[in-house]
Amino acid sequence: MAASIQASAVEKAALSVRGLTVDLPEGMERAHAVENISFDLKRGQILCIIGESGSGKSVTANTIMGLLPKLISVSSGAIHLDGAAIIGASPQVLRGLRGRVVSMIFQDPLSALNPLMTVGEQITEVLTAHGVGTKASRRSRALELLTEVGLPDPELMYHQYPFRLSGGQRQRVMIAMALALEPTVLIADEPTTALDVTTQAQILKLIRDIQRRKGMSVMFITHDFGVVAEIADSVVVMEKGRVVEQGSAEQVLKSPTHPYTQRLIAAVPHLTGKDRAPQEKAGKETILKVEGLAKTYRSGSTLFGSQRVVPAVKDVSFELAAGRTLGIVGESGSGKSSLGRLLIKLQDSDAGRIHFDGRDIAKLPESEFRPLRPQIQMIFQDPFASLNPRSTIGQILTVGPVAHGMPYHQAREEARALLAHVGLDAGAFGRYPHEFSGGQRQRIGIARALMFKPRLLIADEAVSALDVSIQAQILKLLDQIQRETGVSMIFITHDLRVASQICDEIAVMQRGRIVEHGPPSQIFLDPQSAYTRELVAAIPGERPRSARAAAAND
Amino acid sequence: MRGFLLNRLSQSLVLLLIVSVIGFVVLNLIPGGPLAQFGLDPSMTQDDLNRLKEQLGLNRPLWLQYLDWAWRLVQGDWGHSFRDGTPVLDVIGRHLVATLLLMGSSTVIAIAIGTWIGIRGATHRYSVFDYLATVGAMVALSIPTFWFGLVGIYVFSLRLGWLPAGNMYTIGDGSVLNHIHHLILPSIVLALVHVAIWSRYMRTATLDVISQDFVKTARAKGLSERRILMKHVVGNALLPMITLAGMQLPSVLTGALVTETVFTWPGMGRLFLDSLGYSDYPVVMGLLMFSAILVVLCNLIADIVVAIIDPRIRLS
Repeated sequence: MAASIQASAVEKAALSVRGLTVDLPEGMERAHAVENISFDLKRGQILCIIGESGSGKSVTANTIMGLLPKLISVSSGAIHLDGAAIIGASPQVLRGLRGRVVSMIFQDPLSALNPLMTVGEQITEVLTAHGVGTKASRRSRALELLTEVGLPDPELMYHQYPFRLSGGQRQRVMIAMALALEPTVLIADEPTTALDVTTQAQILKLIRDIQRRKGMSVMFITHDFGVVAEIADSVVVMEKGRVVEQGSAEQVLKSPTHPYTQRLIAAVPHLTGKDRAPQEKAGKETILKVEGLAKTYRSGSTLFGSQRVVPAVKDVSFELAAGRTLGIVGESGSGKSSLGRLLIKLQDSDAGRIHFDGRDIAKLPESEFRPLRPQIQMIFQDPFASLNPRSTIGQILTVGPVAHGMPYHQAREEARALLAHVGLDAGAFGRYPHEFSGGQRQRIGIARALMFKPRLLIADEAVSALDVSIQAQILKLLDQIQRETGVSMIFITHDLRVASQICDEIAVMQRGRIVEHGPPSQIFLDPQSAYTRELVAAIPGERPRSARAAAAND
Repeated sequence: MRGFLLNRLSQSLVLLLIVSVIGFVVLNLIPGGPLAQFGLDPSMTQDDLNRLKEQLGLNRPLWLQYLDWAWRLVQGDWGHSFRDGTPVLDVIGRHLVATLLLMGSSTVIAIAIGTWIGIRGATHRYSVFDYLATVGAMVALSIPTFWFGLVGIYVFSLRLGWLPAGNMYTIGDGSVLNHIHHLILPSIVLALVHVAIWSRYMRTATLDVISQDFVKTARAKGLSERRILMKHVVGNALLPMITLAGMQLPSVLTGALVTETVFTWPGMGRLFLDSLGYSDYPVVMGLLMFSAILVVLCNLIADIVVAIIDPRIRLS
C-alpha cells in the first residue's frame, strides 16, 4: 500500500528525491553534505530550496545534475527525474539527460559563459550536443530563444561575445540556453543573487512567465525569503544538510513551525517605512559636508586617442550630522563605492569640497591628511579578502594605532577590550583570520576600524557577503556601537531593506548623481523620483505584503 | 586595435634603443678593445695599430662611434666584420637559416608535446601519468642542455649508431632527408627543457580553466567531455600560453647557442662565440641587435595573436 502510494507520487512529480545522503570527504566539518533528504517537485510548479551557506542546497542541485565533484559521492537514496532513475545511471545516460530533460542556470552570469564563443554558438551548442536539427534550424531556434528571453535585436545578439553584455543580459542568455530543448525541469542556483535589484525583479518575472507559459517545473535555490515570497509554490528549508521544514509557500512563510525557519524569517530585513529613533548622542552640528563632489575615471592613453572616460561621481552634495547614519543606496555602477573611496581619500576627487569637521579635506595632500586619517575609518565588504591571512588578529588590530603613535601595550589592552565589545572572546587576539567564520571576521573588521576611535565610519556593503541571520547580528552591533560612541556613519549598500534597518536618512544614487535624499519613510512610502519608485517596487517579497495591505484598506 | 598596435610598436622601438646603448657601452667596457689581439703579434708596430685605429674610426669618442654605428644601422648598413671585411648582415645571413631551423623545429616539438602532457596532466590529475610528468619535468629542468646533448650523442650516435653526432648535413649529400636526420637529435635535446616548462604552465592553465563556471555550464548543457575539452578548455587555456611562447623565445635562442656548440651546428651560436673570441665587435653588435629585434618581434606577434583570438581585446 505504502509502496504504491510512493510509486504514484514518483510518477506525478517531475523530480523526486528520496532519502538522499551525500558523503563529504573525511576531515571536513561534517560527514554528510546532505543527509537523508526527501522532497518532490510537482509538475508545473516552482519549488524553492532555501538555506544559508553550507546548508547543502547547491550539492543537492549538483547531485540531480550528475555534476558532483569526484571527491563527493552519493551513499544512499534515490532521485527520479521525469521517471528516470539518476542515482547509479551511467555517465552517458546522465549526459543525455543534461540540457534535454533537466537544465541548470548558475549564480554568476559573468563567469558562466565562455568568453571566446559568441552567444549564438553557445546556444546552438546545446542542440548540437543532443543531435537536434540542422545547422539552419538550430540557428533559427537560437534566434527564437533570444527573442523569448526578451533580449533586444536577436540577430545582433547572436553574434555578440559575452563581454559586451550586462549581467542581466548574460543571465537571459543562460536562460535561453537552458530552455533550448524545453526541459522538463529547470534548476536555478541563486540565479539572481549577483544581480541588481531591478534586474533581479526582471529575471524573476521572466523565469515565472516562462515557467507558466511552458508548464515547466522549476527548482529554485535561494537564500532570500523575499525571492521565495515572490515566486515559490512550495518551499524546502535546509539547514546543515538536513531538510528541516517543507510545505506550500503560503504555509511556510506565514506559519513556520521549525525554529530555524522562524529564525530565518525573523532575520530577513523588511522595509520598516518607519524612521529610526534619533540617537541620544546625535548632535546638531555637522560633521561632514560634501559640496559638488565629482570624479571621472580615465583609462587608456591620451597619446593615441583611445582614452575611455567614465564619469563615476557627478556633482554630489550632502550633509551628515554627528551621530547619525546616512545610507547611500544604488545599483552597480551608480558610483556609490567610488563616492566612499573619495570620502576616505583613497582616491582624489576631480572637483568639489569635502568639509570634515569644518575643514576641507578634498584638496589636502596626503602628508597633511594623514593625522586626520584615524578619524575616518572604513569597514570593507569582503570579510575574507580584507584581513591579511598571515597576520594574527592582534597584529591586524594594533598595527594601525601603533603606526599613529599609540604605545603597543595600550593598543593591546584596547584591542582585547574591543574584541570583547564586538562579541568575540579575548582569545581571538592571538589567532589567525582563517580560524573565524564570515560573520566573526566582519566583527574583527569593525573592531579594527574602531581601534582608531573614529568619528566617521564608512561601511561599504559591510553586510552584503553575509547570511541573513549573521547580517541581522552585524547590523545590531553597528547600531549599538553608534549609540555608545556617537560615531557618524555612512552606510553604502545595494540593498534597500538593509538600508531601511540602520539609516536615519538615505541618499539614492543613479549614474553618479544623488537622485533622491530623505528619511526612510519618504524613500520607501512616498518616493519622489521615478528611479526610487522603481527600486522600491523591485524589492523582492515586499510587494505581496503592501498589496495585501492595500487590499485590506479597500 | 590600431592604437594598441601603435602603442606596442613605439614601446618596442624604445626598447631596441636601450638595448643598443647598453650593448655598445658594455662591449666597449671590456678591457683591451678590439685591437688587443694584435698587441701580441710581433709583426705589428705601434704605427700599424694607430693606422688601423684611424681606419676603423676607433680613435673617435665613444658616443660618436655609437651615433655613427646607430645611424648606419637604421639605414641598413650594419657595418663590416673586422676579421674579413664581409658585411655583417651577410655574415649573419649565412648562419641564420641553420639557427632558425634548429629553433623552429625544437619549438614545434616543445609546444606540441608540452601542450599534450600539460592537458593530460590536468585532466588526469594525480594519476601515475601526472606524477611521471612532474618528475620528468623536474629532471629536465635541473640538468643542463649540454649534458643531454653529450648523453644523446653517446647513446644514439656512438652506441646505437642511429643518428649523426654533429653537423647539419653530410658533405656531398644535401638532401632534405639527410638534413632532417641531422636535425633530430639537436632539436630534441634543445626542446627537452622547454617541454618541461611548457607542460607545467599548460597544466596550471588547464586546471584554472577547468574550475571555471563556464565549464560547468558546458557540462550542464550535456556536452561530451571531449567536446568540453576541445571547445571550451583548450582555447581558453592556450590564451596565456601564447604570451608565454613569446617570452620563452630568448631562452630558446640561448639554448640554441649551447646546443649548436655541442653538435657543431653551423648557426649563430657558434658565430657569436667565434666573433667574441676575435673581438669582432661589429658582428657581435650585429648579432645582439638581431636577437633583440627577433625577441621584440616575437613578443609583438604573440600580443597581436592574443588580441586577434580574444574578442575582449579585439573588439574593445
